[in-house]
Amino acid sequence: MSSITPPAKEQVIQLYRQFIRASSRFNNYNFRHYFLRRSRDAFKESKDVKDPEQLHNLLSKAREELQVLQRQSSISQMYSFDKLVVEPLDRHHRNLNETK
Amino acid sequence: MHCVKNIIKVSRPLIQKRLLNNSAVNPATSASAASTISNKIKEELHKPGQDIIKNAFQVNQDNGTRPIYLDAQATTPTDPRVLDVMLKFYTGLYGNPHSNTHAYGWETDKEIEKSRKQVADLIGADPKEIIFTSGATESNNMAIKGVPRFYNKTKKHIITSKTEHKCILDSARHLQDEGFDVTYLSVNEDGLIDLEELEKAIRKDTVLVSIMAVNNEIGVIQPIEEIGKICRKNKIFFHSDCAQAVGKIPIDVNKMNIDLMSISSHKIYGPKGVGAIYVRRRPRVRMDPIITGGGQERGLRSGTLSPPLITGFGEACRIIKEDMSYDQKHIERLSKKLMDGLLSMEHTQLNGSKQHRYAGCVNVSFAYIEGESLLMALKDIALSSGSACTSASLEPSYVLHALGADDALAHSSIRFGIGRFTTDEEIDYVIKAINERVEFLRELSPLWEMVKEGIDLNSIEWSGH
Repeated sequence: MSSITPPAKEQVIQLYRQFIRASSRFNNYNFRHYFLRRSRDAFKESKDVKDPEQLHNLLSKAREELQVLQRQSSISQMYSFDKLVVEPLDRHHRNLNETK
Repeated sequence: MHCVKNIIKVSRPLIQKRLLNNSAVNPATSASAASTISNKIKEELHKPGQDIIKNAFQVNQDNGTRPIYLDAQATTPTDPRVLDVMLKFYTGLYGNPHSNTHAYGWETDKEIEKSRKQVADLIGADPKEIIFTSGATESNNMAIKGVPRFYNKTKKHIITSKTEHKCILDSARHLQDEGFDVTYLSVNEDGLIDLEELEKAIRKDTVLVSIMAVNNEIGVIQPIEEIGKICRKNKIFFHSDCAQAVGKIPIDVNKMNIDLMSISSHKIYGPKGVGAIYVRRRPRVRMDPIITGGGQERGLRSGTLSPPLITGFGEACRIIKEDMSYDQKHIERLSKKLMDGLLSMEHTQLNGSKQHRYAGCVNVSFAYIEGESLLMALKDIALSSGSACTSASLEPSYVLHALGADDALAHSSIRFGIGRFTTDEEIDYVIKAINERVEFLRELSPLWEMVKEGIDLNSIEWSGH
């Protein structure tokens, strides 16, 4: 047990940033908002975990999930649909509307 | 009173035509626009053919046009994490899971057994008791037709309720044609069945009781555990359609004494076209299969299994089990916000029990408005007036009828389905939009005018033809 050193704080912060970046790349409004919320809450939930072994497990699970998120946000960018009524249009689409 | 009838006859088609002409009905963005609605209507009466909604609601040009999805009871979006698991079966792992002579078959078979365990874990069952099907409709058909047909020499009676899903009621009707007796239990105004009535309905030759856990139209949760106890005591098989319940409320087949259970994948963010039926092994439930052939799935459901769909289903079960409390907290919060926002309007009512309900399904009636015209006025929100199967016809909901609602109330009801991916922003938009459109439609309604003048609508003698 004692042989395992706890992961560095920087490691966790970097992973968190990667989660947020991958989540915000989702083209789909609902998926983007869900994964941003889920990622934030998941890191918040485990912020008091001190046990090194448990931390390592959490971290390796998170790394796998990050890969899923990165793959899926890329796929989401390949298939885009109209924006929702609660979602602002991209600037150039807005300009198109005005010229119409 | 003759004139009253005439106004209604004239105004209904007019409203609908106006609404249909407006594909992009957006809410008023300025308060002044909303306040001038009634003036506009008066003007409009003198200028037929002009689009009043265009004047009343300003389209927000800066936003998109795709409607908000609020129909989680019909189906849910496939979770990206689910798709991620499925993709490898469309790109490399294409073996037939029943091919046991080579590695291609072994690898997909291994993944399917993993998924079977994930589905079983969600409901507290043994993996061997899970049979994959094409969806909850097939599972329901299997249970309702399969069990009575197997025991038809000695038992001739089944019990179900009036608010069940159409596929249960229709299967039961088929059995009646085959000579079985079916008792349809009625429900109280909350939508719950009476346990005493159930006990009284049980006969010596009763073989099956089928009661759904969460109603798809009103979200009412039936007392499944108590029903299970009654069935076990009387040695009757208990089937429950849990398509809307699994993953949303805690379900345990052993604690609840459920012998057969239908599950659907696309209601829990999985792929469409797959589902499962739980069939208890101890005490063993025997049934006649509907689909026969190669003898897959213990001979109860032949046909090659679809690895991509089933692994997607399994992953969806794993996620919803892990995140059940997290998701439910979010859904309950949004549901409360929505209910508070809608029920604060006058002459609205929540359909179904207030206590025994699943938060993600909110069914509200807006008096003096027709549900279908409200839905047309709400093109920017994807909603339904009831189950997707019956929304194509303009028939009022049979579920609300069973609750004792009259035609007018059943016609004016709308179902809101909240899911994992619904956001606060969307709920705020919906509350605002509904408030404005309901007020707008009521302004057009002669009935509403009379109600405001204090005329009791029941006292009116409507002229006949």
